[in-house]
Amino acid sequence: MTVLDTPAWRPRTDAAPLLPDPEPYRLLGTPAAAELDPALLRTLYGHLVRGRRYNQQATALTKQGRLAVYPASTGQEACEIAAALALRPRDWLFPSYRDTLAVVARGVDPVEALTLLRGDWHTGYDPHEHRVAPLSTPLATQLPHAVGLARAARLTGDDVVALAMVGDGGTSEGDFHEALNFAAVWQVPVVFLVQNNGFAISVPLDKQTAAPTFAHKAVGYGMPGRLVDGNDVAAVHQVLAEAVGRARDGGGPTLVEAVTYRMDAHTNADDATRYREDSEVAAWRAHDPIALLERELTGRGLLDDEVRDSVADDAETMASALRERMHTDATLDPMDLFAHVYAEPTQQLRQQEAQLRAELEAERQS
Amino acid sequence: MTTATPAAGRTAAPARKPATMAQALNRALHDALAADDSVHVLGEDIGTLGGVFRITDGLAAEFGDSRCTDTPLAEAGILGTAVGMAMYGLRPVVEMQFDAFAYPSFEQLVSHVAKMRNRTRGAMPLPITIRIPYGGGIGGVEHHSDSSEAYYAHTPGLHVVTPATVEDAYGLLRAAIASDDPVVFLEPKRLYWSKSDWSPETPAKVEPIGRAVVRRTGRSATLITYGPSLPVCLEAAEAAKEEGWDLGVVDLRSLVPFDEETVAAAVRGTGRAVVVHESSGFGGMGAEIAARITERCFHHLEAPVLRVAGFDIPYPPPMLERHHLPGVDRILDAVGRLQWEEG
Repeated sequence: MTVLDTPAWRPRTDAAPLLPDPEPYRLLGTPAAAELDPALLRTLYGHLVRGRRYNQQATALTKQGRLAVYPASTGQEACEIAAALALRPRDWLFPSYRDTLAVVARGVDPVEALTLLRGDWHTGYDPHEHRVAPLSTPLATQLPHAVGLARAARLTGDDVVALAMVGDGGTSEGDFHEALNFAAVWQVPVVFLVQNNGFAISVPLDKQTAAPTFAHKAVGYGMPGRLVDGNDVAAVHQVLAEAVGRARDGGGPTLVEAVTYRMDAHTNADDATRYREDSEVAAWRAHDPIALLERELTGRGLLDDEVRDSVADDAETMASALRERMHTDATLDPMDLFAHVYAEPTQQLRQQEAQLRAELEAERQS
Repeated sequence: MTTATPAAGRTAAPARKPATMAQALNRALHDALAADDSVHVLGEDIGTLGGVFRITDGLAAEFGDSRCTDTPLAEAGILGTAVGMAMYGLRPVVEMQFDAFAYPSFEQLVSHVAKMRNRTRGAMPLPITIRIPYGGGIGGVEHHSDSSEAYYAHTPGLHVVTPATVEDAYGLLRAAIASDDPVVFLEPKRLYWSKSDWSPETPAKVEPIGRAVVRRTGRSATLITYGPSLPVCLEAAEAAKEEGWDLGVVDLRSLVPFDEETVAAAVRGTGRAVVVHESSGFGGMGAEIAARITERCFHHLEAPVLRVAGFDIPYPPPMLERHHLPGVDRILDAVGRLQWEEG
């Protein structure tokens, strides 16, 4: 044996098939779009319009003081909706804090999805019910969870895929690296979706990475990278569905970069005019995900005023119900603070619980 | 999800061959893996090698690579993936190779492991055990001897447990793995090779988490300690007899939950207390314990509660560590300062 025969000497995998295409993959407006199922396109359209309306309504609720904060995904609805719809009910979604839309599209109650941002608790839904992990605020920390869950499902013999969402800024975190490495080494059924929306709050891409694209990062881990137009909902859905299918069939993880744009500021507390030009925002407004799909639907005769009105009415009904429910004050029990720290409260927690109960009683009597 | 139950009442006749703490921990992991299919052990070098301290020796061979897994070398990744496994209903047992190497996993521990039950209103408890060899006294070079218990004990949602005897190593680790709450299980690495006549053939006993134990009763003063400092305190108590002091020794075993009742009862019996640990004193467990003793036992105290702790310095190089670690003399000096009446 020479060193040439040892495992360390030779590449472990062929890099070429893992490389992403040089340009983001697109479907809408291309000849390939003719093959797309009209029912799927209509479903995606309904979700997109509802999603946009949800973003608008949640932003308005912030201004009315009903939400503490709302990181809108306006402009990114195609990624949000496609992520949720690419999964089957038995799969798991691991959202970041900007992914409320994906959580709602997955079936979580629209008000429960906002619990974190309303501030009446941290997570408002039971993660097991729709197989949606809590919205993760610490960046990229949910990615290793997705890997671990996918591994557990595989070890248990269950046909489950995990899809984890992260932003361009989140790719700089150590947990992004560790999650992708573990996923590839273990070959677990997980799909990573990077929504590259141009900014991490204010910091632009050239201060975040020197990689050719985020999708190229996949190659270093030994998994395929896919680059897709994040505003082309049909393309994102197809790429994610393929990656999910590959994972389900034992093909291992995929990294998908969806190139999109955050049309609103980071949150209501942010001022985007400090770090980006109006002309850039205008360029992306001309590449709006809903407009792109409407053009396709209209061209194929799938969208008339009747369909458009019915979808808009549906979105308006959703928004009005959301508005009404969010204008109802949440009922909070301060004693819940002690209920779920441990399975059994410690002696010290019992004392503190008694203290708070006495304080509340004194408050009531004064 | 099944809960681990101890394999009680082994039928083999007790061999009574001295066993080490390392062997007891190995046996506890073995028995937990055998008792409950949801238990999975993961960490660095724990498979083929059996761990750098050999705590997982033989487990991969017996239970397979998927139950005792060599992970990539990344502590946040190990604990982060363990979170996902626990979310799915498994019961992961994570090994951090050394105390100071666990720090990359701190964010996963504090932001997710400790909080998941709370942030999901109990819907998603995380039964994860995080084993960490900790403390000095083995001549380790930089970053191999930290005592990190105060960081963990300060984080609501975590249990923090540390055995000081071979028997407790087995019993507390089984209890930690069976717990539905996350447990940081701190293994005093200088006691890995300590022996007792406990043997793997001894009927298995699971120790409840959260109960301190009086290792020695005494009338003059009470030493309160845990983990690696227990043998030092017992030695000090023995030496104190020459000075005419009859010292009691309490072994906390569990830092969180903290057993105030056992500690308070012992201190009320003597009126004098010294808290002993090798981690730095400032902002440490000793400060918490001394405050609680003062709050609970003020009228029984004959002297201020004193602390004997490591200095407030980065852990020293091995050739100087003996000056840092609390020893018998430093403990006896503190006992001497407990305002004994003249004559």
